[in-house]
Amino acid sequence: MQKEIVIKTDKLTKRFSDFVAVNEITFEVYQGEIFGFLGANGAGKTTAMKMLIGISKPTSGKAAIAGYDIYKNTEEIKKSIGYMSQKFSLYEDLTVKENITLFGGIYGLNDSEIKTKSEALIKKLGLQNEADKLVASLPLGWKQKLAFSIAIFHSPKIVFLDEPTGGVDPITRRQFWDMIYEAAHNGITVFVTTHYMDEAEYCDRVSIMVDGVIEALDSPSQLKQNYNAQSMDEVFLMLARGAKRGD
Amino acid sequence: MKQLFNFIKKEFHHIFRDYRSMLVLLGLPIVQLLIFGFAITNETKNTNIAILDNAKDETTQQIISKFENSDYFDIEITLKSNDEIEKEFKSGKIKLAVVFQEDFQNELFHSNKAQIQLIADATDPNQATTLVNYASAIIQDYQTDLNSENKLPYQIKTELRMLYNPELKGAYTSVPGVMGMILLLISTMMTSISIVREKELGTMEILLVSPMKPYLVILSKVIPYFVISLINVTTILLLSVHILGMPIQGSTILLIAITIIYIFCALSLGILISTITDSQLAAMLISLLGLMLPVVMLSGYVFPVANMPIILQVISNIVPAKWYIIMVKSVMIKGLGISGIWKEAIILLGMTIFFIIISIKRFKIRLA
Repeated sequence: MQKEIVIKTDKLTKRFSDFVAVNEITFEVYQGEIFGFLGANGAGKTTAMKMLIGISKPTSGKAAIAGYDIYKNTEEIKKSIGYMSQKFSLYEDLTVKENITLFGGIYGLNDSEIKTKSEALIKKLGLQNEADKLVASLPLGWKQKLAFSIAIFHSPKIVFLDEPTGGVDPITRRQFWDMIYEAAHNGITVFVTTHYMDEAEYCDRVSIMVDGVIEALDSPSQLKQNYNAQSMDEVFLMLARGAKRGD
Repeated sequence: MKQLFNFIKKEFHHIFRDYRSMLVLLGLPIVQLLIFGFAITNETKNTNIAILDNAKDETTQQIISKFENSDYFDIEITLKSNDEIEKEFKSGKIKLAVVFQEDFQNELFHSNKAQIQLIADATDPNQATTLVNYASAIIQDYQTDLNSENKLPYQIKTELRMLYNPELKGAYTSVPGVMGMILLLISTMMTSISIVREKELGTMEILLVSPMKPYLVILSKVIPYFVISLINVTTILLLSVHILGMPIQGSTILLIAITIIYIFCALSLGILISTITDSQLAAMLISLLGLMLPVVMLSGYVFPVANMPIILQVISNIVPAKWYIIMVKSVMIKGLGISGIWKEAIILLGMTIFFIIISIKRFKIRLA
């Protein structure tokens, strides 16, 4: 594995008045890696991710994304990352093509790039017949794939996925993970939060957050060995049991 | 620049693909203006009245024929006794009854004390007052005619001139009011809803993570509604001039200029609302209850501000529509120039800047 560091945090902290949502987390993510960011509800993983993608300001600590400082170089960071939310947010009253063109334009791709890339994408997703239909008419699984494809349309260095498989069936989830593998294979670092422990097994490395701190960070096989567990589920339960914060 | 253009195009897609809101956006102003201009009006014409003539002499006949000849009244029924009066009011056929005392002419010429009783249906007090005033004027008129033959030693004559709206047309109040209301409805409510919708759908988050500048996102939301508002203003003005017969006395350019200030104010208010709430429903309720009601109640559109309790008069000052309606009336009806309205214009501009500053502050708090 290449060891180029694309995400590096140092004692990154977020405090809401008395409440410490994220408490001095320090970790590194390498290029091309699939990094699982796990934690129970309220553990602080969403807040941590929001700081990394630049929609929430850290209270203290340092972080660099794709080599850029999160305080100073927010614009460069925005260009180097992709983001997909758990709502698979697309514009439902725009067509598939219009959505691709719109988001491609936001990330500064020119018209001919958008044209060739979107044609290739529509073909790859098998959406030729749906290209001019409104996104609202697509099934959830297709929206999810389209949302992910749009998040990596501008070939970002890192893509952040916030619980990307909520509400879809196991087969679609499996297909979705194939897309994640493909992206990682193409050198895109994947930073993914999830609730599903079977998905944690697919990651190269996972971190588990409990009450605002990272309790464990390693490859799934190493974690299982360390905690003497059969599955990631067991590891997670062992760690999360100590949590004091609930939802 | 290209991004902004693409986003404005996208915004128009949102608007045009939703036929219902499209219809509301462009149809509502026309419907409102016509309803308020034609149907709801304080003018009273051809009101049905009843006459109870207990005297049946020459004088009463002359007065009755004066009533008959006026545009304001139609004599629906001639009654025979006092008992019938209430029945007619209850049936709703008449709004006013004119009762002459017995021996009217005799009393008038010999004891100088002839009496006419005017009975009005005060379920609508405004209308009742108006009708009584009209009726009194007709009787007064007759009296003046009588006295013209034998001159009174002392006489005060009142001469009425209704400035700016000599025909007392209802459109003169409804057009400025509808403009104040419609622009607020479209600019504020639609802008806040369309911004909040992006928050609800989660696309706003995607945009904030993207290199797209937040102010461009907001600008692209605002421009389409600005354009639609201008279209609406044009329709309203064309309708009011050509259909409601209300001319623009002052400068049309000035009228458009103050309208643009008001649209800016309404748009910035819409942005402010969108920073307060994350739900489309809440945004709509705030816009409707928080804005429409004050516009209708406190702007001076329906009820004169001067007649309100002091507290409401004070509150009415923070309603942007109040200042706009004052300006529209000044320019459109009185024909005043910029020197007559600069104060109101500055107040409205100040409000706009205030709303924008608060919105930016709130937006930053959300990000932190």
